[in-house]
Amino acid sequence: MKPQFEKGGRLSKLHSVFDGFYTFLFTPNETSKSGVHIHDSNDSKRTMITVVLALLPCCLFGMWNIGYQHALATGTADHNLFSLFFFGFWAVLPQILTAYIVGLGIEFVVAQLRGHEIQEGFLVSGILIPMICPVDTPCWMLAVAVAFSVIFAKEVFGGTGYNFLNVALVTRAFLFFAYPAQMSGDKVFVNLGDTAAVDGYSGATPLGQLASSQSGLVDLTGVNGDILSNADLFFGLYPGSWGETSTFCILIGLCVLLISGMASWRIITSGVVGAFLMSVLAHNFATDLYPVTYLMPLQQLCLGGFAFAIVFMATDPVTACRTNTGKYIYGFLIGALAILIRCYNTGYPEGAMLAVLLMNCFAPLIDYCVVNANINRRLRRATVNNQ
Amino acid sequence: MTDIIKIKKGLDIPLEGRAGGRPLPTEPSGLFGIVPDDYPGCIWKAAVKPGDKVKAGTPLLIDKVSGAICLTSPVAGSVDDVKRGERRKIEYVSVRREGDGSESFDTTAQPEAIVKTLQASGLWAMMRQRPYDIVPAPGVAPRDIFITAFDSAPLAPELLSEKLAPYLEKGIETLARLTSGKVYLSVRAGSGLTSKTAVVTEFEGPHPAGNVGVQIAGIKPVNKGETVWTLDAATAARIGMLYSGKGISYDTVVAVTGPAAANPRLMETLVGVAIGELLHSEITGSVEATRIISGNVLTGVKSDLQGFLRYPYRQVTLLPEGSDADEFMGWASMNPRKFSVKRTFPAFLRGLGKKYDFDARVKGGHRAMILSGEFDKVFPMDIYPEYLLKAIMARDIDRMEKLGIYEVAPEDFALPEFVDTSKEELQKTVRDGLDYLRKELS
Repeated sequence: MKPQFEKGGRLSKLHSVFDGFYTFLFTPNETSKSGVHIHDSNDSKRTMITVVLALLPCCLFGMWNIGYQHALATGTADHNLFSLFFFGFWAVLPQILTAYIVGLGIEFVVAQLRGHEIQEGFLVSGILIPMICPVDTPCWMLAVAVAFSVIFAKEVFGGTGYNFLNVALVTRAFLFFAYPAQMSGDKVFVNLGDTAAVDGYSGATPLGQLASSQSGLVDLTGVNGDILSNADLFFGLYPGSWGETSTFCILIGLCVLLISGMASWRIITSGVVGAFLMSVLAHNFATDLYPVTYLMPLQQLCLGGFAFAIVFMATDPVTACRTNTGKYIYGFLIGALAILIRCYNTGYPEGAMLAVLLMNCFAPLIDYCVVNANINRRLRRATVNNQ
Repeated sequence: MTDIIKIKKGLDIPLEGRAGGRPLPTEPSGLFGIVPDDYPGCIWKAAVKPGDKVKAGTPLLIDKVSGAICLTSPVAGSVDDVKRGERRKIEYVSVRREGDGSESFDTTAQPEAIVKTLQASGLWAMMRQRPYDIVPAPGVAPRDIFITAFDSAPLAPELLSEKLAPYLEKGIETLARLTSGKVYLSVRAGSGLTSKTAVVTEFEGPHPAGNVGVQIAGIKPVNKGETVWTLDAATAARIGMLYSGKGISYDTVVAVTGPAAANPRLMETLVGVAIGELLHSEITGSVEATRIISGNVLTGVKSDLQGFLRYPYRQVTLLPEGSDADEFMGWASMNPRKFSVKRTFPAFLRGLGKKYDFDARVKGGHRAMILSGEFDKVFPMDIYPEYLLKAIMARDIDRMEKLGIYEVAPEDFALPEFVDTSKEELQKTVRDGLDYLRKELS
């Protein structure tokens, strides 16, 4: 079958597509022609699969939580683990399929046009995108946003490895700014289905409740009006973009990423430090004008998309800083900016997305400065020697 | 007291098949060949025709530009072939051994005379210069001369054989006359090797601690406008032997190593020996399924039974080719014998001392640079390898200079190439960059 897809073969126009599926099934047996004769077993497929694996706890929990929030909101008594999980699973399956079909479809076409191999970057983006969107995002909006971001944030720059903005976050930002009514507020984060909500129901996320609060600090409540405990916040039992509510599951993913070495501990550590310091600062100067500032620093770290963004978005190696020194600066600024935007811009209940995208833009500049320090050191050495 | 420099970044690849024991004399081989491609920086023209009688030390090839630097015959005999490839480029010159006899050289210890002798005897061409990693250009006095006394590459043998070791000091003395700077000898920590003339520095740590580029970076880095010479201790000892009145020697000890070697061992022979004669009974599997590498797995040259032992004439590695394996869903493999420096494979739980399967497969598709910082972990120099590579790819001369291209050689990028997730050909990129720079700036 293979020769038909090779150059001159009947189906050579589909070479990239065939190659994509073939290398997915079989590790290519190409041997090295120049340079080193042996290679490390790790390749880009393994790398991406590892990240997807790290995302699984968040993904599975998120699906269950959709069911759980639905049950709370509608007063359903059935809290069976599997029925809750499958409620969420069926709710998000169309979104996941949409993201993969549109995104990978564009990747396949572009790879074929350029005559390249199909690249694996979208394997991760495809699952990330639905996870950071509200559960009720219409599929057509998702399709438009995915197409926009894959084409304009990635392929125009040359594909995986050349993009300077995180593809998943560009999708999220596109949705946020193009369809603000459908992407925020208290209607989209809980899937009610056809059932009516219980009395006292509010679908607002905790950060949404604070942002729209008129009276300074309010008690954070769940969808059925019950007060949310700190444990609820840590384990993620509240409405929100469905993949990112559980800090506990994010920590499991973090362990996978750190053990496998696929995420930079430098970015994550300095990001958490930055967010923590900013939260302490905001908490010390808390005012009624900006109710989010009343949150305790640890609550800030657990709530909203911050933890998810710092672990899975900020560490995207392509769009982050590439020098070790740069990574500390980059992570710190993301952490600090995320909390800054969250606290002091009441128009955006969450700041992590904007903070990461902004720092994506600054990452090359930070690296430039770090590399220049190396260049200056070299120049100084040469000048001293030649005197 | 000698300085100790500890190299932390690097990797000793756990490859099987190390050669041990005493070197065994091989049956006298009949055919030897010199490959001009091993000596970059010169334009080689043949100095002999097939059928010519030569002695050990007779020039086979002469550099067209300088007219003085020669590649010489390692044995006495008659020229077997001057093999030409595309556009009449010389691929190799081979000599069939007959009888004995070697050329004699002027061993006056005056700098000009030493240069002439080294160039005529072929020992000059066994040295390299930085920048550009080429045969030293004549007429340029080196700032310093760096000698590495050990090879840290996978399965590499000791550099100094018992026969050559006593002449190292004399070689260093001779070389010291050629520079107004110093001669630096870098030895493995604990080896006990010393020198009266050279500044001795001990190096500790994994490969690439033995790479002379890493040693220079630790001792006294090369700046723009400076030239240093580099060589291995075996070449220095050969120079010493010549200047001790023992005549020219092209003896070498070759380690036959690697997972596909039936009986890894050390063999005494001469430079440029025909691989087929060296390996007649060494390969375990079928010859087609075995990759014969003249050199080590990182920087060696792919060869075959018709090929010759290539510069730096010290190692042959035999490796399973692996091209017959179509591994089903290799990206999901949990095989504990697949080696990776990343901890995405269970191999990391077993550590470096265990047995791993290696073959010549690239093990993945070629991609743009995705992961960051992976080169830095095996690149112990104050250089940002990723940025330097990007400057080379962009052919940005100014930036290449600023980022330190004068300090590196392709071999310094061998380990980054091994660990590279995107499977790029980094050594080739650096070689092309160095050649481009030399062409543009000459």
